[in-house]
Amino acid sequence: MSIEIAIDAVLAGGIITLAGLSLLVREMFTAIVLYVSLGLLVTITWARLSAWDVAIAEAAIGAGLTGALLLVAWRQLHDAAAKTERTNHVS
Amino acid sequence: MFLKLEFQEHKLSSAGLSSATRYLLGILITVLSAALAFVIIRSEKAAPDLATLATNKLNLSGVENPVTAVLLNFRSYDTLLEIAVLLIVAVSILPDRLPIPAATAKIQFLSNMHPHSVNPVLVGLLKWLIPLAIVMGGYLLWTGAYTPGGAFQAGAVVAGAGVALSLAGHHRFIWQTASVRISLSLGLLMFVMVAAANAIITGTTLQYPTPYAGSFILIIEVAATVSIAATLLLLFTQLKAMVEFTMKGNNQ
Repeated sequence: MSIEIAIDAVLAGGIITLAGLSLLVREMFTAIVLYVSLGLLVTITWARLSAWDVAIAEAAIGAGLTGALLLVAWRQLHDAAAKTERTNHVS
Repeated sequence: MFLKLEFQEHKLSSAGLSSATRYLLGILITVLSAALAFVIIRSEKAAPDLATLATNKLNLSGVENPVTAVLLNFRSYDTLLEIAVLLIVAVSILPDRLPIPAATAKIQFLSNMHPHSVNPVLVGLLKWLIPLAIVMGGYLLWTGAYTPGGAFQAGAVVAGAGVALSLAGHHRFIWQTASVRISLSLGLLMFVMVAAANAIITGTTLQYPTPYAGSFILIIEVAATVSIAATLLLLFTQLKAMVEFTMKGNNQ
């Protein structure tokens, strides 16, 4: 029983920490990685609440596909920033 | 050697608003969140008998998984509108001006490419992973009637397989083909057709007669899986295409 409470406490603390960090961190890439990790912890939490449907959906969409979309969007911002930088150097 | 990249919003974040405004906004948001949390804690448990109601009526729904029963039978109107929203997203992001790759008379949805760099480990892994993901999607779809699973999860897993395939660089998806547009709208079309057929036979749109409810739900879920997978994959590949477009601009 106490082990289960400990697991839940670690999960809850981890979720709040990761959510806060992914908002506060300045590097966008780090924020995305933290957000995906947050999704995985939330998946485990849904599984602990025996909401298996939500857990599967969160793992596949929340952590997986959203992470991929965010990373591609980050890549595009990165390239756009590089382009601006280069133009600034030339001019 | 390496340019240190700065995103524009880093510079803007402090320049755009005065510090007084930012603190005021912070206080406002904190107060609102606290009020919301307070209301949620204080409020009575919302409609506590809904879960038991759904469980009691489960034998009328045609499936054995209460989540699927609620999503596709008891509250199928919600799901119908969700699938319509997905179609709107897909239509709004469909490419309209990307060049159609050189003219073979028949365009394939999945066309071969010759990537600049090949990652043999990734390709070797994907040969096992993609069939596995597709089988897993089918399993999730089928098992949705009895245990956790269903169209959304299955569609997401299949879309994940497509994302992995497009990341390997050997293939790319051409969204101008007609078959793609059919598969994007198949979910909504099938849902509406089932509702219409049901309306003609029984007189009500989304109240399936119990003996046929299971097969109706399966038909809708298969179609919805195809549409969901296609829409999610379209979102990813369109963003990726935009990245490649930007990079081409960089190299010039």
